[in-house]
Amino acid sequence: MIAYVLRRLVSLIISLIVASLVIFVVVEIVPGDPAAYMLGMNAQPDTLAALRAELGLDGSKVARYFGWVAGMVQGDFGTSYTYRTPVSGMIADRVWVSLPLALYALILSTLIAFPAGIYAASRRGRAGDMGVMAATQLGVAIPNFWFAMVLVLIFAINLGWFSAGGFPGWDKGLWSGLKALTLPAVALALPQAAILARVMRSSLLDMLGEDFIRTARAKGLSAGQALWRHALRNALIPVLTIIGLQFSFLLAGGIIIEQVFYLPGLGRLVFQSITQRDLIVVESVVMLLVFAVIVVNFAVDLAYAVVDPRLRVRV
Amino acid sequence: MSRGWRGLILGGSLALIFVLAAILSLVWTPYAVDGVDIANKLLTPNAQHWFGTDHYGRDILSMIMVGARTSIAVAVLAVGIGMLAGIPLGLAAAAWQGGWADEIIMRGNDLVFAFPSLVIAILITAVFGPGAVNAIIAIGIFNIPVFARLTRGAALSLWSRDFILSARVAGKSGLRISVEHILPNLASLMIVQGTIQFSLGILAEAGLSYVGLGAQPPIPSWGKMLADAQTMVAIAPHLALIPGAAIILTVLGLNLMGDGLRDLMDPRLRVQRT
Repeated sequence: MIAYVLRRLVSLIISLIVASLVIFVVVEIVPGDPAAYMLGMNAQPDTLAALRAELGLDGSKVARYFGWVAGMVQGDFGTSYTYRTPVSGMIADRVWVSLPLALYALILSTLIAFPAGIYAASRRGRAGDMGVMAATQLGVAIPNFWFAMVLVLIFAINLGWFSAGGFPGWDKGLWSGLKALTLPAVALALPQAAILARVMRSSLLDMLGEDFIRTARAKGLSAGQALWRHALRNALIPVLTIIGLQFSFLLAGGIIIEQVFYLPGLGRLVFQSITQRDLIVVESVVMLLVFAVIVVNFAVDLAYAVVDPRLRVRV
Repeated sequence: MSRGWRGLILGGSLALIFVLAAILSLVWTPYAVDGVDIANKLLTPNAQHWFGTDHYGRDILSMIMVGARTSIAVAVLAVGIGMLAGIPLGLAAAAWQGGWADEIIMRGNDLVFAFPSLVIAILITAVFGPGAVNAIIAIGIFNIPVFARLTRGAALSLWSRDFILSARVAGKSGLRISVEHILPNLASLMIVQGTIQFSLGILAEAGLSYVGLGAQPPIPSWGKMLADAQTMVAIAPHLALIPGAAIILTVLGLNLMGDGLRDLMDPRLRVQRT
């Protein structure tokens, strides 16, 4: 087990290094000098040089890459070109909107998908199964930001149960924070739940065809008992993979949903930064998202090893 | 009629409606899409304007038709990029297992898993600016490992078959075997996956143009129409409902078509759709 964890840890670090290199190289292609951009047309050469030094823009590309990485490891993401404030502070404020939103959506998606998938598998080929499958076909075809607009139309504008957007902040209480994130989380969760329900169903059906289920039935368990006691646990492995992958879609998808609900999360920050050409912020947010995805996938790999000891031997 | 045919015909006709609308929009639309007509703004669907008009009085049906062109063009080109780069990489990886192409694909896979297409798009647009071409590149890059992975997996299982062995005994090179024997056997798999990526591309394009990273005005696109509709959804819900319905029906049609094709071509095929 320890050898397995170490091997996964090495590949995690390699992935992070390669990802940071890709992001750095892509952003470095951009023509123009941020310092010149900030100071405008009539900047004096010495002011320009001073600002370049302040922003850490002098020095070779290699030195700047290592400076950037070393800074990030210590939680220092550099200084915003536009606001002249530390990027880490700007990100920290927004993470507390984006991360809870992604987690909230992940929980909702699982809560919807598990019962739907299990129900469909236990009713294979019958009306209940067809109904669930038709609903998931529709679910994967719906763009989540459009679904978000429909939710606003129904639950905020017509029924008035929720506000149409904005975020009061966690200091106004957990309840009002969660309430503001509910419609966004539902919008994010629905298409993901449709995918997850399909995976749950097909994974369970695969398991129900296995010999050990026949044995369980032969020793007198009903179809339902065999499903709950034996098939479900084994069917969870592919489901876990998809849940891990979904977290990255939820974090990235949250960026769009934040636009619909005017939530002050990472998405808003990144789009503002793109229009203001504040590339250091874009670079940092993208790195943070990629970091989250890689670490979550690492955690999922470890979770497998706990669920299924056979996997520990594979790389 | 089998399940496969049902899906193919139903899904195919749905998708075909939008393809035909896109083609028709090249020569004719009911109204000009840049025809501002403030007197007739925000009309609900009626006999003159079947889908109503937007806040500038532009005809929504015409915009949907031209928007279909944008969506389809972006998604098709992105699938093309994915196939043109991904299939040769996958073939090479299978032909020379453990070689450099194999290594690139496996590592590239890990990497692209960490970059959702939206994040790739953010990076590309942050550097090169927003636009339809950059949306195509972003979605296309995301498609490359999908096709590479699928090709590699399917080609590997073919390499162990007897007819490939006889080709090797006959002295054919890895390249010739890949092109003459492996590739034709992958065609059906690629068509099915192509359909799925096509539908994902439509969704991705809509998302990108919704946040302003896709096609830029005055080119109409479904995502941009939804973004414009957002502030007016309370007074004119049809502005949001119609482009949304267009996206859903196109994607639904393509998915049904993909599932139907898969059932018809080979029931054992497993297509990845994450």
